Amino acid sequence: MTTWMLRRLIQAVFVMLAMTVIVFIGVNVIGDPVEILISPEADQAERARAVIALGLDKPLWEQYWRFLLGAVQGDLGRSFVFNEPALKLIAQRMPATLELALTAVLMSVVIGIPLGLYAGLKPDSIGGRLVMGASILGFSLPSFWIGLMLIMVFAVQLGWLPSTGRGQTAELFGVQWSFLTRDGLAHMAMPAFNLALGNIALVLRLTRAGVRENLPMDYVKFARAKGLSPNRVVFVHVLKNILIPIVTVVGLEIGGLIAFAVVTESVFAWPGMGKLIIDSINVLDRPVIVAYLMMIVVLFIVINLLVDLLYTVLDPRVRLETRE
Amino acid sequence: MSELTLDVQGLSTHFFTRAGVVRAVDDISFSVPRGRVLGLVGESGSGKSVTGFSVIGLVDPPGRITAGKILFQGRDLTKLDERDLRDLRGNRIAMIFQDPMMTLNPVLRIDTQMIETVLAHDSVSRSSARERARDALGMVGIPSPEERLNAYPHQFSGGMRQRVAIAIALLHRPDLIIADEPTTALDVTIQAQILAEVQKLAREVGTALIWITHDLSVIAGLADDIAVMYAGRIVETGRVEEVLDRPLHPYTHGLIGSVPSRNARGQRLRQIPGMTPSLLNLPPGCAFRSRCPRADAACEQDPPDSHPLEGRTLRCFHPQLEMVA
Ligand SMILES: Nc1ncnc2c1ncn2[C@@H]1O[C@H](COP(=O)(O)OP(=O)(O)O)[C@@H](O)[C@H]1O
Ligand code: SF4
Ligand SMILES: [Mg+2]
Repeated sequence: MTTWMLRRLIQAVFVMLAMTVIVFIGVNVIGDPVEILISPEADQAERARAVIALGLDKPLWEQYWRFLLGAVQGDLGRSFVFNEPALKLIAQRMPATLELALTAVLMSVVIGIPLGLYAGLKPDSIGGRLVMGASILGFSLPSFWIGLMLIMVFAVQLGWLPSTGRGQTAELFGVQWSFLTRDGLAHMAMPAFNLALGNIALVLRLTRAGVRENLPMDYVKFARAKGLSPNRVVFVHVLKNILIPIVTVVGLEIGGLIAFAVVTESVFAWPGMGKLIIDSINVLDRPVIVAYLMMIVVLFIVINLLVDLLYTVLDPRVRLETRE
Repeated sequence: MSELTLDVQGLSTHFFTRAGVVRAVDDISFSVPRGRVLGLVGESGSGKSVTGFSVIGLVDPPGRITAGKILFQGRDLTKLDERDLRDLRGNRIAMIFQDPMMTLNPVLRIDTQMIETVLAHDSVSRSSARERARDALGMVGIPSPEERLNAYPHQFSGGMRQRVAIAIALLHRPDLIIADEPTTALDVTIQAQILAEVQKLAREVGTALIWITHDLSVIAGLADDIAVMYAGRIVETGRVEEVLDRPLHPYTHGLIGSVPSRNARGQRLRQIPGMTPSLLNLPPGCAFRSRCPRADAACEQDPPDSHPLEGRTLRCFHPQLEMVA
């Protein structure tokens, strides 16, 4: 277990190092931020001063080295635009994105698993077919279009839910969260559902496939031959087997949800990281872009680690020591 | 006549598939007295498992019991609703499956899978259910049962897993155990051990046992009675020594001829020529006639049940009544 953790940590460090190189070269290829940041009327001297102030006069390898030195001290540079530490900017926006993504994950599990069980247990019923049909829509309709439709129906026509912003927030661990207030929850309902839709469909189909695959297995028949109630057979015996692939997929999807939040955040004017990163790319605010991508890498590494740990809890056949 | 634990009369179980009706079990009758072992023998696909699942009420759609009675201690199981059947399953009637690698749930601990079986039928505390589980494991010869309760199925060998399954079947000291080829997937030594243990347990507890197998040599040392199944029908029944000594049905005859130990060394095994017919849309008449050396025009009709000898039933127009040398 400890050797496994240690190996994972070393792997993580190398992944991050590789990422810094790729990201650094990448942002340099995109374009020159000086062109965008400095007014066209500025003279040569002003330009030179700005270039020196931003540290862009140094050769690329030196810029990279200074970035690395700062990074190990927790300093990912200052935003060219806001003149604030990039990390601080991201940290301010991150809770909004995180709570949106995690609520979406929760929704996909809480809605997807029961519907999938139903569709798997009653595949020929009208309800079961309906659920499967709807899940195809959940996959194929573009997320932004569904977002707009949700706003049209629930905000504009019915006026039930607010369509923009985080609403009222409350503090927990020194951070502002929407999920702690009724108003905040109301604001989160539509964007979170919008973000969750694809994953609800995914979890639903995984669950249904799992049920169809597991029901004919001998262990199910044996459980029934023991005289167990149908509820126990489904919710303990079958579900525990199905959860293994679901946890894996959902876990890995969390990273995707955070990345996809960009679209939903734009549609619902949700002030998360997605909005920040779009703006930063537009003005080539390199430190923020780099810091954001580094954050995402860390997030993915942590999520993968948690998924692996959870996997071993769910599936006794998997032992960490023997895994690659 | 001793009291019958199970008395099956005219049971038919058919599968209504898209391709047509599969008469997996077609009008079979047999009985098992208390404390006795019935060997149900036949080639693969002859309907043995479906017979077992019919008795325990676990035939899944598109299959359905279409006719007959299953009298268990006098109650007709085909008339019971699901709730009453569930009370019997795992409690008064238990079943052991063929493949021990597949019968236990891979992600639940052994204690969970045993305790839930106890609690499904008896309202006792978890700790006393656990004690019962531990004792059952000890009874089937699993060393250090207390520790093994905490293990997962993958930590057991195939033979040990089958012992666990047998222990689960024994938890409620059932009146009837249906063992569906429980040793086929195991190697010969373990098979012999398990056979001896199950036989001993059945005798001690007074359980009636249906031992399903395609292997006559297993039946010879284990069963009291035998029922030979072919293409969904029982073609011959009787005391095991009598049937093996003097098979009346040409199919039984062929089966015995194909058992290695009964042939002289070096002599070729006499395989029954031909193949088991498909049970889908089976034509009327004796299903064995395409492979039968004694078949004639009469065999185009269904042979009725007959009792040519004391304690024997038979379905054949031309039984082998003359003694074989
Ligand atoms: N779910 C099913 N659908 C259609 N046919 C089935 C089904 N289950 C069993 N059968 C048919 O029933 C017949 C008997 O099967 P089975 O009882 O498993 O044979 P045995 O146990 O003697 O090997 C087989 O020919 C098979 O085709
Ligand atoms: S009824 Fe006819 S075909 Fe069938 S086993 Fe007897 S002799 Fe053979
Ligand atoms: Mg079988």
